[in-house]
Order: sequence, then C-alpha cells, then structure tokens
Amino acid sequence: MYNQNLKNKYNALFNIVQRLKEKKEQAQPQKEKTTIPSNLNPVEQEELQKQIDQQAYQWLVQQHQPRTTWLRNTILAFLVGGIICTLGQIIQNYFRGFGLTLREAGTVTVFIMVFLGAFLTGLGIYDKIGKYGGAGSIIPITGFANSIVASAMEFKREGYVYGVGARLFNVAGPVLTFGFIISVLIGLLYYFFT
Amino acid sequence: MQQPIKKIGKQTLQFMQPPVVLSFASIVGPMEGKGPYGSAFDYILEDTLFGEKSWEKAESKMLRETIKMTLQKANLTAPDVDFMLAGDLLNQIVAANFAAREITIPFLGLYGACSTMAESIGLGSILIDGGFAHRVIAGVSSHHHTAERQFRFPTEQGVHRPLWSQWTVTGSGGILLAREGNGPVITHLTVGQVVDLGIKDSNDMGAAMAPAAVDTLIRHFQDLNRQSLDYDLILTGDLGTVGLKLTWELLKMEGYRVENNLKDCGVLLYHPEQDTHAGGSGCGCSAVMLCGPILRRVVEGAYRRVLFVGTGALLSPTTVYQGESVPSIAHAVVIEYIPPG
Repeated sequence: MYNQNLKNKYNALFNIVQRLKEKKEQAQPQKEKTTIPSNLNPVEQEELQKQIDQQAYQWLVQQHQPRTTWLRNTILAFLVGGIICTLGQIIQNYFRGFGLTLREAGTVTVFIMVFLGAFLTGLGIYDKIGKYGGAGSIIPITGFANSIVASAMEFKREGYVYGVGARLFNVAGPVLTFGFIISVLIGLLYYFFT
Repeated sequence: MQQPIKKIGKQTLQFMQPPVVLSFASIVGPMEGKGPYGSAFDYILEDTLFGEKSWEKAESKMLRETIKMTLQKANLTAPDVDFMLAGDLLNQIVAANFAAREITIPFLGLYGACSTMAESIGLGSILIDGGFAHRVIAGVSSHHHTAERQFRFPTEQGVHRPLWSQWTVTGSGGILLAREGNGPVITHLTVGQVVDLGIKDSNDMGAAMAPAAVDTLIRHFQDLNRQSLDYDLILTGDLGTVGLKLTWELLKMEGYRVENNLKDCGVLLYHPEQDTHAGGSGCGCSAVMLCGPILRRVVEGAYRRVLFVGTGALLSPTTVYQGESVPSIAHAVVIEYIPPG
C-alpha cells in the first residue's frame, strides 16, 4: 500500500504514523475505517493514503490543543459589542435632543464612532480592546475604522503612494468588495420584486 | 590524498576538529527582557524601534549590533572573521542583508525560517571543519512587528488570537565559531528533512513543526546510536506549549524516554502571565535563548552536552492563502563542553 515515495517523505516518522493510526482507531472504534480502493492508480492511492495519515496526526493535535474558551469569548464579544452600540445609541439620542431627525442624528453618530475607533487605534488602545472583544469590537463601525487606521499607520513608512495609498484597504478591502456586491444584489432584487 | 567522509548514518555529520564557540551575544526586545531570563541577555531594547524610523531598520540594527558585540567579546574585529552566515524572517532576508552591508565580512544569507540559528551554526561548523575558514560568525534576528505585518495583520489591528498561536520574538543572537580556542565545541550536526503532516492552520505552527523536530531527533539518535537521556538538555527552537507536548507524545510512541531534559525556547522565554498564548516563535526565539542563558550555563558547566534543535515552519502568507499545508524542518547541533580543571 505504501510506495517508496511516501515512505521517503515520512523519513524517520514512518513507524510513528502507523502507530498514530492504530491509536486513532482504538480511540474511535465506531468510526468507519477508510479503505483504499484497489482500482485507483498509484498516484491517487498515495494521495488517499497520505490523507488518512494526516488525519491521524490531526486527531492527535486536536487532543493537545488548548480548548477555545467559546463561552468566555462569546460573553466578552457580547459585552464589548454591546458597550460600543450603547455608546452609539447614547450619542444618537443626545443629538436627537437637539432636534435632529433620526437620519441626521445617525449620520453624526457614525462620524463620531468612526472618529473614536480611529482615535483609539492611534493611541494603541483599540488592539487591546480587540484582543478581548473579538467580533464584538470588529463588527461595529469602530472596528472598520480600526482596520483602516491600523493599515495606514502600518504602511506609512513605505510612503504615501505605495504605502498608505496602496494598502489602506489591506484589511478592510474584502469588507468593501463584498459589501458592494451584496448591496448591488439587494438593489436588483428590490428593482425586480417591488 | 582524499579526505575521509565525515557523514555518519543517514543525516548526521561528525566534525573531526570540532569548531569552538569563542563568544556569543544576544539582544532582546523589551517584552523578552521582562521574561524569566531577562538578566541573561546582553542588551535589552528600551523600545521596539531601537532609535530607528522603521521596525525593519530596527531589526537590521539589532542584528548588526549583536554581531559587533559578539566580535567585541572575543576581542576581534571584522577582518579577523572569514565568513558571516546570517538570516531572518523577512522577505528577501533584508535584515541580514542590510546588516551585512554595514559589517564588512564576506556574507552568506540563509533562510530556514525559525531554524536559521541551527542552520547557520551547522554550516559555519562545516566551513571550519572543512578547512575553509579560521573563524565564522553566525547570527539571526526576528522582530515581532516586522514579522506580524508580513505574516499576519497590521500591529494596531484589533484581532483575537487563538490560544495555540505563538508570539514572534524580538531579538537576535550571534555566535562566533573558530578553529582553535577554548570554549564549548560543536561536535555534530544532523541536517533535517522537510516534513509535512498536513497542518493547514498557520497559527498552529507548533503542531506543524513537532513532526519535523521528532524526525530529526530520531535520525540523530539512530545515526549516532545515542539515547535521548545521553543529553543533559535537548533544546528545541520554538515549538511552544502545544508543539512541545506533541513532540513528547511522538517521541514516546517511538520508544524514546524524555524527561526534564526536553525543553523548548518558546516556552522558556516568557512568563505564562505575559499572555503570549502558546509561547514564543521566530528566528530570534531559539537564537536569544541559545546565545543568552543556555550557552552561559554551558560555559558555567551546568550542561555538558546539549542538543540544540532549531525548528522552522516553511510557510509564507501566499502559500497559506492558497490553501497549502505548512512544511517544516528541524536541524540539530550538538554542543559539548568540559570546563577546564
């Protein structure tokens, strides 16, 4: 089943790989064992064998990886995201108190939140918030501001054209691209179905 | 007259005239300076810019200063040294190239990802034992911010790092090898083979590199007919907590007993409270630990025989985005010292 090529690739690890597969089978006897069909050509057989071996190692890796603290992360993201959104709401209500319409107050709030995100990035605080907040600090508009300002700061040393100009949207680029695509699609749906 | 072949077994070289470590030096960043081995480094940077305008410049300066310091410690100057072998993590190994521009020693640039320290010591020893040089200086560097911006995100970007990710070390180490002199000697080199067991997560470098480390270790033990307990210390480069546990597991599967003598630079370098998650990584990680606390202890006589295994994950952001797994390599060098008297 093993051709010499694959054996050479494992070098001194060959026995370990075999033992890993045995161990994995013992630990998960209920799982169906993948067999290699004999009608495959040698290259395909090698590829499949390699996949089986790699899965055995990945199984071992999973047992030794620290568990991701999903609950803690979710709660922190909820709290951080919630605080940012509450702050936005307070600002919006404040401006509505001056008699601005909902739309006008919203626009002003966006300005202020983007400024705050950018400002905290410049002070080197937003990345520390992001470390704990995760998605809670990435998804609000402050996170968008963070991604642009962080890129601007990072690439300023390569000059304003090839640095800041070219790479400003290094991180935020995909958000814009897919944001535009989705908005075009929704626009088309709106056009045809109303 | 033909020279005898100095290769033993499949991958190991035995040096007939073991090169001597004349001097070594290390510079680390502020965070590494606050770690448990802070006092064992020669110089701790006050900030990560080191008085320069960019982090790349700072990294290059750090390497340059480390090399100078290594020479100074041996009371030598650049013309006394035949070759300089250096490398780092940046594209086109610019930190090393630009350091070599200032230091006028014939230069060979190396890239072995985080294994470059072991690679450069090994190649330097080959040059000396082969009779091609009197003295060779080897140095590597890495910088947290330059690596971060090249391999991952802008540094001010607020991202949540997974618990198995590692922290690129800011630091550089240099080591001066010579044909004659007093000091620890490099007796063997085991050149690693690239190994890939299909880890695709570029944050999970420890898991990607563990098989490479184990492969090189087993070959080394087999080639020299030695056991893991023949070494006072087996020092791996930057496997981190996850990779170290996996290495332990895999070695046990092959029947090798490792006890407290298996240690990893990435795990040693920081306090757990420093929140690096799985530990340090990068060229500088193994370099500063070796050229700082470990060689100091070797000279003091605390370790008589050390197996230094530099481990490297040979990835680039492009290969990661193209869905490739992370190939890894490990090179091992044996450092021995019997203190006089």
